[in-house]
Amino acid sequence: MGEMTVRNSILAGFASLAAIGLVATPVLAQRDPAYAAARSAGKVGEQADGYLGIVGAADPALQRLVDDINIKRRAVYAEKAKENNATLEAYALTAGCQAVARTTPGEKYRAPDGSWQTRTDAAPIRDPRCP
Amino acid sequence: MLAGVAILSASLGGCINIAAPDEPIVIELNINIRQEVIYRLAEDAANTIDENADIF
Repeated sequence: MGEMTVRNSILAGFASLAAIGLVATPVLAQRDPAYAAARSAGKVGEQADGYLGIVGAADPALQRLVDDINIKRRAVYAEKAKENNATLEAYALTAGCQAVARTTPGEKYRAPDGSWQTRTDAAPIRDPRCP
Repeated sequence: MLAGVAILSASLGGCINIAAPDEPIVIELNINIRQEVIYRLAEDAANTIDENADIF
């Protein structure tokens, strides 16, 4: 019993070290290949609300990919909104302004009227409140 | 270009037809979010996107 407790606390120690390591490591990871491919193929695009959207017909795999990214984005927005004394929606909209602006020619984005647009060399159509 | 448009309008007798869209225009974004709030958050949001490049 005593040995078990010691082992458990050692394991817990490793687990917390791992957790600290994960938090402290700067996240500079790149896009998942499936996400990068869906973006270049125009299957997904940036929406003005700060979330990723499916442009055409949704298949289950694509829906999962988009949901997964949007859940992660929402968590980041919530944390950052709190840090900045802003609402989640305001932070998400601000990020959306940037995410749409950062689309590269050929990628899809959603204009304020809800229509999907293909980004060209020209500036994208964005919410009038965007900086 | 402008002259071309002017000639074109003149040749059409000055009529301008504006067709109403078939579907209602839906504005989903919260209109209560003020522009100054977006400006205040802009730099932070840009950093957030850089720091989370895998999900943006």
